[in-house]
Amino acid sequence: MGDVSIFLQHLTNGISLGSLYALIAIGYTMVYGILRLINFAHGDIFMLGVYLTFYGVIYTPLPWWLVFILAPLLTGFIGILLEKVAYKPLRGSARITILISAIGASFLLQNLGIVIFGGRPRAFPVPQLLNHVIKLGGVSINVVTFIIPAVSILLLIGLTYFTTKTKTGLAMRALSKDYETASLMGIDINRIISITFFMGSFLAAIGGILWGSRYPQLMPLMGAMPGLKSFIAAVVGGIGNITGAVIGGFILGLGEIMLVAFLPRLSGYRDAFAFVLLIIILLVKPSGLMGNKVTEKV
Amino acid sequence: MKKTIGLLLLVLVLAIASSASAEVIKIGVFEPMTGPNAAGGEMTVEGIELALELRGEVLGRKVEIIVVDNKSDKVEAANAVSRLIEKDKVVAIIGSYGSSLSMAAGDIVNKAQVPTVGCSPTNPLVTLNNPYYFRVCFIDPFQGTVMANYAVNELGAKTAAVIQDVTQDYSVGLSKYFVDAFRELTGNQNSIVEMSSYNTGDQDFTAQLTNVKNKMPDIVFAPGNYGESALLIRQARELGIDVPFLGGDTWEAPEFLSIGGVAVEGAVFSTHFTSEAPVTEESEVFLAAYREKFGREANAFAALGYDAYMLILDVIEEAGSADSQAIRDGLAQTEGFVGATGVITLDANGDAVKSAVINQVDDGKFIYLTTVEPF
Repeated sequence: MGDVSIFLQHLTNGISLGSLYALIAIGYTMVYGILRLINFAHGDIFMLGVYLTFYGVIYTPLPWWLVFILAPLLTGFIGILLEKVAYKPLRGSARITILISAIGASFLLQNLGIVIFGGRPRAFPVPQLLNHVIKLGGVSINVVTFIIPAVSILLLIGLTYFTTKTKTGLAMRALSKDYETASLMGIDINRIISITFFMGSFLAAIGGILWGSRYPQLMPLMGAMPGLKSFIAAVVGGIGNITGAVIGGFILGLGEIMLVAFLPRLSGYRDAFAFVLLIIILLVKPSGLMGNKVTEKV
Repeated sequence: MKKTIGLLLLVLVLAIASSASAEVIKIGVFEPMTGPNAAGGEMTVEGIELALELRGEVLGRKVEIIVVDNKSDKVEAANAVSRLIEKDKVVAIIGSYGSSLSMAAGDIVNKAQVPTVGCSPTNPLVTLNNPYYFRVCFIDPFQGTVMANYAVNELGAKTAAVIQDVTQDYSVGLSKYFVDAFRELTGNQNSIVEMSSYNTGDQDFTAQLTNVKNKMPDIVFAPGNYGESALLIRQARELGIDVPFLGGDTWEAPEFLSIGGVAVEGAVFSTHFTSEAPVTEESEVFLAAYREKFGREANAFAALGYDAYMLILDVIEEAGSADSQAIRDGLAQTEGFVGATGVITLDANGDAVKSAVINQVDDGKFIYLTTVEPF
């Protein structure tokens, strides 16, 4: 392998990982952007999405592609349920209260996962279509690596269209600007919040399925680290900003791979890299790369 | 009158409680039942439970085992043994799969003077300078040499790359012994062409593997948790690394096969025991009982769990006492104990000197290649 093709291989690896972070970060940032709520259970919703897909493919006669659509839809409804149980009763209370409720929900889902799915890892059934390797020159690329960014960009376009062009999207944006006024204008707050959670959880499940296709090891705690990393990606990009989340995801993925590739001595610190990046961003540009200046409402 | 009845009742309750505690012998088990080592812990506990079923009594007293999940986490492992000692008042402990987890418990059992028998922690430091820690398995200087021998003599390897999990003492230790032995066998100090690291819980190894591919080694030695290793080998095959992968005993888990899929075909690893080559009469007893209870063939970890339990019971019987100190002294003098995994004699450190088995993945199954006697 020449030096150029090694670098290209590292670059491909980084893009592949980064686009996964980006995909999960989109859901994270969307919920925050509209409700100003950091849904710490996002990573665990992601885990539920992967497990639902696993059980769907293994235990039902449905074809895999149908399961890949149905499981995220089901996960979306679980997201709505989670909001009704963990967040709705606290609506209007201090933000820290809801944040703590979110952390509690995260632990609940993780431990529920251990009880229901068992502690031993499962192998994700990767469809053959997503599981072959293309060689371009000296660079090997798994097909999933192409699919993930494509899905991310499609979702990005779809979401942008949805929030800017549709009436529900308009209501969402109104809600994110001013919760009380929006409700006075006749917007059904509960419905909009449910839709937001549905979409966020749907996206988490899509991210989970692609994550599982790339790293086919399922564990009840599998959502914790990708969840944290995507949260960091969302903050780096500017939380609440969907394009920012995608950019943040790519920075994180590429950064991690390049760190391990070129400073192998530091490879034990790859998780630390994400957190150091978070600290730097919070010190230098707290609103994130793409974030708007936040003016505190009084 | 009421007072007297109350007092009588109290005395009665106390009497029952104390007689019950004198009756039952409690043995603690701390194993990873969740987290990245869950399969290893579960397989070991299967073996211990089977042993309990076959031999639930000693000195005319019932034996009870108390299993605590150490969650594949060093802090939880320390908590688990503390709980077993302080709350459950166990007389001896069995565990744990994972050298780091065992080492986290080492100081506590040493201070509390509760004898502990490891089933499969292979890092030498687990028992070193700890008069209360013993084990029924071989240790990594042997295991590393066995695999280096295999690589050089059977596969004709002249160069190797090593990928280790820096958060597991098992992986780091085993890698070191492999590297030492490989350099000596090849007579070439530069025969290890690449040394890479990752952390438990990592899912992406493409950066390390791209660097490994660039060095074109003859074989890759990558001891680590079965899950991470399976993903690692999968990604290696995707990147076009087609040389043999070698590892250690942790690879013997059904998850290694299911997560690794076709990518792990041909992977070779050392382990403690195989159902294909029973070594003692006790192996046959164990294998038949396991087959009856679980309806499948036994693995090395179940066999080691079985041996650890049977060894403790043997020692209690011989000492005629279930006192922790008596058990410790008995364990230290273990000689010629016939277990399922072989004849166990513990050396001055409390380590067993035993043969190793080399297995290979073939057609989605583990097949037995050969047995290597201790040098």
